[in-house]
Amino acid sequence: MATRDEIADALAGMTLFADLSTPQLLGVAGRFEEAFFPEGQRVLRQGLSGSAFHVILDGEAAVVVDGTQRATLTRGEFFGEVSILLGEQPSADVVATRPLRTIVLPGGAVEAFLVEHPKVMFRMLQAQARRLRNANRWRN
Amino acid sequence: MSGQQDRPHPPGDYPVVVVGSGPGGLQAAYFLSRVGVHHAVISADPGPAGMFRRWPFFQRLLSWTKPYACPDVRSREFERWDWNSLIAFEPELRGLQVEFMDGSSDFPSRPEMEMNLAAFAQRAGVAVRYDCRWERTRREETADGDRFVVETNDGEFRCRYLVIAVGVAEPYSPPTPGIELAVHYADTRAAETYAGKRLFIVGKQNSGFELASGLLQWASRISLASPSPAKTSVETRSLVGVRARYVQPFEDAALGGAVDILAASIKGIVRVPDGLRVDLTRSDTGAAFAIEADEVIAATGFTCPLLDLPALGVATFGQSQLPAQTAFWESATVPGVYFAGTISQGAAGLRKHGIPGYSGAVQGHRYNSRILVRHLAESRFGAVPERPAIAPSEVVDHLLGEATHAPELWHQKAYLASVVSADESGGVRDEGILPLTQFVDAGGPDAIAMTIEADGAGNIYPVVYVRRGGAVSEHAMEPDPLMDFTGTFYRRQVMDIVGRLAPALA
Repeated sequence: MATRDEIADALAGMTLFADLSTPQLLGVAGRFEEAFFPEGQRVLRQGLSGSAFHVILDGEAAVVVDGTQRATLTRGEFFGEVSILLGEQPSADVVATRPLRTIVLPGGAVEAFLVEHPKVMFRMLQAQARRLRNANRWRN
Repeated sequence: MSGQQDRPHPPGDYPVVVVGSGPGGLQAAYFLSRVGVHHAVISADPGPAGMFRRWPFFQRLLSWTKPYACPDVRSREFERWDWNSLIAFEPELRGLQVEFMDGSSDFPSRPEMEMNLAAFAQRAGVAVRYDCRWERTRREETADGDRFVVETNDGEFRCRYLVIAVGVAEPYSPPTPGIELAVHYADTRAAETYAGKRLFIVGKQNSGFELASGLLQWASRISLASPSPAKTSVETRSLVGVRARYVQPFEDAALGGAVDILAASIKGIVRVPDGLRVDLTRSDTGAAFAIEADEVIAATGFTCPLLDLPALGVATFGQSQLPAQTAFWESATVPGVYFAGTISQGAAGLRKHGIPGYSGAVQGHRYNSRILVRHLAESRFGAVPERPAIAPSEVVDHLLGEATHAPELWHQKAYLASVVSADESGGVRDEGILPLTQFVDAGGPDAIAMTIEADGAGNIYPVVYVRRGGAVSEHAMEPDPLMDFTGTFYRRQVMDIVGRLAPALA
């Protein structure tokens, strides 16, 4: 379990939220909700609508497309944003491979959140650019 | 007062022990007795009704009952219009809240709710060992398998399965410097004692706005603050946010009427000659400011009083320390420990579009208890529930009837589903109401689940889930302005989905 202050402390150490002040971090901690998933539980479901944006506080998750594991996600990493930004259903399952704690923002609240926190949006863009670059390297 | 020897459920060995006598404990105990699972019910309270013996302070609930919304208050359909009664197999035990309303509001008063719950316990014969306080828990290995030992002020209870229904009832205050100068919501005094006071309320949830609403005519000024902006349920189009019952402080704030609703974090509370000073930082600009007040109330929520269960391995999450749970409300980390009542909201479900199930309220968790007990009885005691056959020609009408009338689907949107499945002999079975998470994640025979869902933008619509060869697909339908899904438009859509994707059920 974590209090709002403990979550704000955890966020302060993450690249995504590195540019936020303490009151802003507390605001983020109050706006997101904490969730827990035991090992084996699906967090994001391929093809199901209404999904959310998650940032991992603790634990590990696998990105699984049509039954094949494509990536592993750990503390500080985030998922769910691609389908929300595109207004589509997730194209992958995300499954807890160890007990997983995340903070969650509903899909419908993501745009307003990013617009209010442009520094977070910039960090997210950087992370996406890195993913794109790595995917291209892999392809080449 | 009856003698000690007349009290029910003396200490000893039971297959199941239920802890709690609020709506969650009463509902779970009722279903255990009706499915014939021997159990004990213990409660630290002197009588039934749990938190409604004391809260809400301002004496009227947040949950309505509309006595004239449906002609038969003893019917299943009426449950959709009644958020407060417990549910029962016997018609005479249903819709009891209606008996205890005086016509002054569709939101019953606290004493009316307490009477409703006490009447249910008495008429349904739910026996509780009151004044029996759960104090500690341990595991014991026996030749016949593991037992939980529930230690109380009244002796020890041993059981294979534990159902915890103690509410989210432990006052929580954040570790803000000077928080000891504030009183918690749970210790709020009579309204008139706040006459002329400058009041600062920490927290902008329903409890903070309940106090603000109740004290508008007494306090000289009311300031509410927390780091995030406050939203009303009208804006979120769900029960997330401040309920419309408490909207008056918003209007007062908007009109400059001695109410402040602030998005600010609280750095600390200090004593000053005139009372207290709350030091704040604005969430938007980071600017520091301060407010002086005569009293500070921490409306900062409650946690689950799980005692030593976390030490036994029960994982919890969030500020309320809710236990992490399976789709059937069993601890995700300690098998055999189940949760009923408001704690069952720890099984969060899919939370599609950010909208949670309503397990934190009676109208949601009463159904969770029925499903939990059915699952417990079947999986642990071999009591196979009835799964009535449905003629293939009636499947579509059955599903649409559920979408329009089933109270479970309306109160637990995208959380509970009405399920029909194909059986081995080529027939179709009514599986009843099941958790949607279970349906989409656990696999099983070819089947169809019907839910009611909301998108948080004001639309409410039915969704059909088809499970075929283990894979689940989702088919959302258009909303209907009158929310009646029984017409030709919907029949055609569902017939098409069933015919194409679930031929085994057509």
